[in-house]
Amino acid sequence: MAAKRAGSKINSAADEAARVRMLRRMLSIRRFEEEVKRLYRAGGIKGAIHLYIGQEAVAAGACEALRPDDYVTSTHRPHGHCIAKVFDLKRTMAEMMGKASGLSGGFGGSMHQFCKEKGFLGGNGIVGGGMGLALGAAFSARYRKTDQVAVCFFSEGASNQGVIHECLNMAALWKLPVIYLCENNQYAATTPVGKSTCTKDIAPRAAAYGLPWAICDGNDVLDVYETTRTAVERARNGGGAAFIEAKTYRAEPHCGIIADGRDKAELALWKSAERDPIPRHEARLIAEGILTAEGARELRAEVERDIAEAVEFARRSPAPDPAKALAREGRP
Amino acid sequence: MRKLTYADAICEAQIEEMARDENVFVIGEDVDIAGGVYKLTKGVLERFGPRRVVGTPISEEAFCGLAAGAAMTGLRPIVEIMYIDFILMAMDPVVNQMAKIPFMSGGQFAMPVTIRAQAGAGTVEGAQHSQSLEAWFTHTPGFKVCMPATARDAKGLLKAAIRDDGPVLVIENRCLFNEEEEVPDGEWVTPLGKADVAREGKDVTVVAMGYARRKALAAAERLAGEVSVEVVDPRTLWPLDMETILESVKKTGRVIVTHESPARGGVGAEIVRRIVAEGFDYLDAPPVVVAGADLPMPFSPGLEQACLPQAETIAEAARRVIGMA
Repeated sequence: MAAKRAGSKINSAADEAARVRMLRRMLSIRRFEEEVKRLYRAGGIKGAIHLYIGQEAVAAGACEALRPDDYVTSTHRPHGHCIAKVFDLKRTMAEMMGKASGLSGGFGGSMHQFCKEKGFLGGNGIVGGGMGLALGAAFSARYRKTDQVAVCFFSEGASNQGVIHECLNMAALWKLPVIYLCENNQYAATTPVGKSTCTKDIAPRAAAYGLPWAICDGNDVLDVYETTRTAVERARNGGGAAFIEAKTYRAEPHCGIIADGRDKAELALWKSAERDPIPRHEARLIAEGILTAEGARELRAEVERDIAEAVEFARRSPAPDPAKALAREGRP
Repeated sequence: MRKLTYADAICEAQIEEMARDENVFVIGEDVDIAGGVYKLTKGVLERFGPRRVVGTPISEEAFCGLAAGAAMTGLRPIVEIMYIDFILMAMDPVVNQMAKIPFMSGGQFAMPVTIRAQAGAGTVEGAQHSQSLEAWFTHTPGFKVCMPATARDAKGLLKAAIRDDGPVLVIENRCLFNEEEEVPDGEWVTPLGKADVAREGKDVTVVAMGYARRKALAAAERLAGEVSVEVVDPRTLWPLDMETILESVKKTGRVIVTHESPARGGVGAEIVRRIVAEGFDYLDAPPVVVAGADLPMPFSPGLEQACLPQAETIAEAARRVIGMA
């Protein structure tokens, strides 16, 4: 894998169905989170809500390169990864509301969505907490002689945790099938990357461990897909671990509906149709004749229905009964 | 009955469980080189090869995280922590991940990780190689904790831990590694959550864990003919066998709890809390905790011994509790 800069032209192996599926995944994540934001304001969802809006291309593109039995570890900002890997909007929304029908039965919430069946090893409330888990899933795949691959999503903020040094060394030393995918969304809580990190790019650090690395445009779903696919295929065929940095932008504040003190021009630039991953990909599909304008409208309407159904499902689902859920024989 | 050292009992348990279940593997620093620094994986590499006996870089956080991820995806890791003091480098995977994921995931993921960590004091190694951290993990919901004090329990509790579907911390005591004791042949499993009455008596109960069990037994011997001491070794600190402890306290009416770690926020305090809550009417005297000093462990041999409960301090406490001193 060679270092590649944002903006280069993408020759993607993704077929037309995959390209449309990635748009749908991104739209689903965007609309899901907009609903979460609305419900949070209305009091229907409580707790700490870390929105992924603006970064949808990373989850959708990377997970398109995975098989259902591959593993993913996520972060405290997990809704996008969960939807892209698991794609169960109803149970994901139910978990947001702490309902018994949620992915984690109401025990996890926003940050702790899990789905064993789809290889989703959970969101994580600890920044960097998924790095060892992904290493272990990759170790396990090789131990059990399967060709599964693990992808660890983390942020540029997590890239300054000490554990990544230990994990990259071990992943490289043992040539484990794990991809460390750094979503450089420019902010760790409210600290801009320039204030926390001594280099402009994170990915070249991987070279120190002898790992191949690449930088992709995290707001271009096809670039993320192609970069991840290359790394995943290599890992699946015994080529070992890799490091990817996806340059993207967190369009929402760090957490909940807190005030956003960031520069308005910066926000406007990243939210513009030229940068926003969804209109970008949609326009490309229309330009390439893969999707008509009418088809795009239909797709959006379908996503709208999915989201409405998910909210309705979550709303109607009962909350866990404390007497049963916390009793010795009833609890997990 | 044949005799085994405590260390060999640990090796034998691992070999038997690895032979029984292909998904059990050992990971940790130096475990694949000459049986490890303390020879607690002796013969395991030769028998099972490097795929299942994995020596690691000095990276506790990563290999504990690895164990959690491996356990979530079908394996049953045995993690060796060379000194329990080093587990503090891995508190995120151990406490935030292993202990919580089974619960947070609504029961989707099991976490069959066994952490073997050796602990103890009395080997003159200073404050960062002498801690007994059992209270930290006993305080963590989602963890089971045991402290084998005999060769027979070193084998039996380890086998039970490996077969358990949740994370279990097995705190081994390095002062006991070369102690030889009878260990039954063949299948020998000590169930988690079952205490052992190490010596029967009628005047005072001494609940003693880890190396303190030996000191309590020595104190009982010293008091023989004067005070009749019952020694109860809980063996597992969580889940705690309160039934056996309360049965003993009901008989004696007096109780001392002893361990080498400091008393503050300790397991002794927890055991006393439960005795008071669940067996207050049995008590004829206030319960007493005889613990290690409230200090980081000093190096100088005389200072170190002065910071640990001794047979004589336990005996004195027993005399005091029954009003003889």
